[in-house]
Amino acid sequence: MSGNPTDGGDPIHEPVVRIDSAVKEHRDGRSIIRALNAVSLDVPAGEMVAVTGKSGSGKSTLLNVVGGLEPLTAGSISVLGEPLVALNRTELSRLRRRTIGFVFQNLNLVPSLTAEENVALPLEFDGAKPVEASRAAKVALDKIRIGELATRFPSELSGGEKQRVAIARAIVGERKVILADEPTAALDDLTSRIVMNLLAELSDDGLTVLVATHDSEFAAYADRVVRLKDGSIEHVSSRPVTPSSPAELLT
Amino acid sequence: MHILGIVIKNALLALLGNEQKYGYQLKNDFEAATGTAWVLNIGQVYTTLQRLERDGAIVALGQDDDGRSLYELSATGREILSEWLSSAVIRSVSTRDEVTMKVLVASATGVIDPATPISIQRQTAMRVLQEATLARNVAESLADQLHLERLIVLTNAEIRWLDIAEDRLAEAAKARLSDNSSTQEVVDNNNTSITNLGSNS
Repeated sequence: MSGNPTDGGDPIHEPVVRIDSAVKEHRDGRSIIRALNAVSLDVPAGEMVAVTGKSGSGKSTLLNVVGGLEPLTAGSISVLGEPLVALNRTELSRLRRRTIGFVFQNLNLVPSLTAEENVALPLEFDGAKPVEASRAAKVALDKIRIGELATRFPSELSGGEKQRVAIARAIVGERKVILADEPTAALDDLTSRIVMNLLAELSDDGLTVLVATHDSEFAAYADRVVRLKDGSIEHVSSRPVTPSSPAELLT
Repeated sequence: MHILGIVIKNALLALLGNEQKYGYQLKNDFEAATGTAWVLNIGQVYTTLQRLERDGAIVALGQDDDGRSLYELSATGREILSEWLSSAVIRSVSTRDEVTMKVLVASATGVIDPATPISIQRQTAMRVLQEATLARNVAESLADQLHLERLIVLTNAEIRWLDIAEDRLAEAAKARLSDNSSTQEVVDNNNTSITNLGSNS
C-alpha cells in the first residue's frame, strides 16, 4: 500500500478516506484561528470512525473538509484515491452527490416531498431518471428498515424516523462514504442508539462512516474513536475486533 | 455481615419466594438471574442456607433419596426479604480514588501537567466504553446486558468527570496567570464569564 493515490494504487488496501497533515485556518477579524492543525488519518472501507472532542475542537471542520464543503489551508485529503484539491467545482459536487452521503443534525428534509422523494432527490439532482431514482430510494429505505414510511411526509414522522430517512438519503445509490455531524444531538437516548447501531451496520456492510459527536456514549459505537483537542488529534482508541465476554469486563 | 453475603442471602430468599428448591437449583437460578459474571460457589450456597435455617428465615423440608435438602421460605424470611428489597442503598464517593488523586497531585505539585494523566485515563476509558458497548450489543441475557449498561454509564461518567476536571484546572491556571499579571488586557479579549472571575482585581 505504498501506492500514490493518484496512480491508482491497490484498490483493496488504499484507504477510502486519506487525511494527510490537514490544516484549516479561519479568519476571525484580524486574527487567524487554526481549526485543524496537522491532522492525519486513514480510514479504510468498512470502518466506522467517531470524531469526538469539545465544541470548537475541530470535529465539524474535519467532516466538512473531508466532504469537500470547505477547502484545506494546507495538507491533503483524498477520497477513493482522488485528491480533493485536484478536483474542480463540478467534479467536487459530483463526488458529493455520488460518493459521499451527509447526515446533519438538522435534517434538511424537504417538507413538501414524501420520505421516498426526499431520499431520491440526490440522484435526481445527479440526472438519474425519476423511475431509477425512485427504485434506488426504495432500496435505501428498506436497508434502513423504514420501507413502510416511504409515502409519509416529514411532518408525519417522529424525530427518530426523520433521522432515519436522512440516513437513507445519505446512502442512496452507490455511496461509499457517510459523513454524519452530531446525528443524535436532537434525539432521545433510545432513538440515538438506533441511529448509531444503523451507522455501525452500514459500516459492517462496507461503507466508510465518519461521525462527529460530543457524546462519548455514542462515539463508543465506532471501531475507532479519534479525540480532537484544539484542532489536533489528542488520542485514538480502537476497540478489539472480537467482543469481550461480560465476565471479562465485569467483576 | 459482608455486603456480598447480604446480597447472596437475600437473593436466595427471593429465589425461594415462589417455590421450594434444592441447594444446587438455587445456585443455577442465582446465576441465571444475575448474569454470567457472578459464579456462586456451591459451598457458599450451603453455608448461607444453614445460616438462614438457623435464623428461621427458611425451613428444611427433609432430604430426598440422594441426600439433597429441599428448602422453603418462612414468614420471617419473607419479611427479611421484603425489608431488603424496599430499602434504598445509600452510596458514598471515596476521596481515595486513584484517578482523582493522580489529577490532584499533578495539579498541586506541578511535577506534570494534570492534562497528561487526564488524557491517558480518558483514552483508556474510551476504549473500555467501546468494548462494553460491543459486548452489550451481543450479550445474550438481559442480566448481562444490564450489568454492561451500568459499566457504560459509569465509564461515560468518568469521561465526563475528566472533561470537567480538565476544564476546571485550565480555568484555575488561567486565573492564576491573570492574578499574577498586572495588565488587565490579558483577559479582556476573552468574554467568557469564567475568565472574568479570574480578573477580580
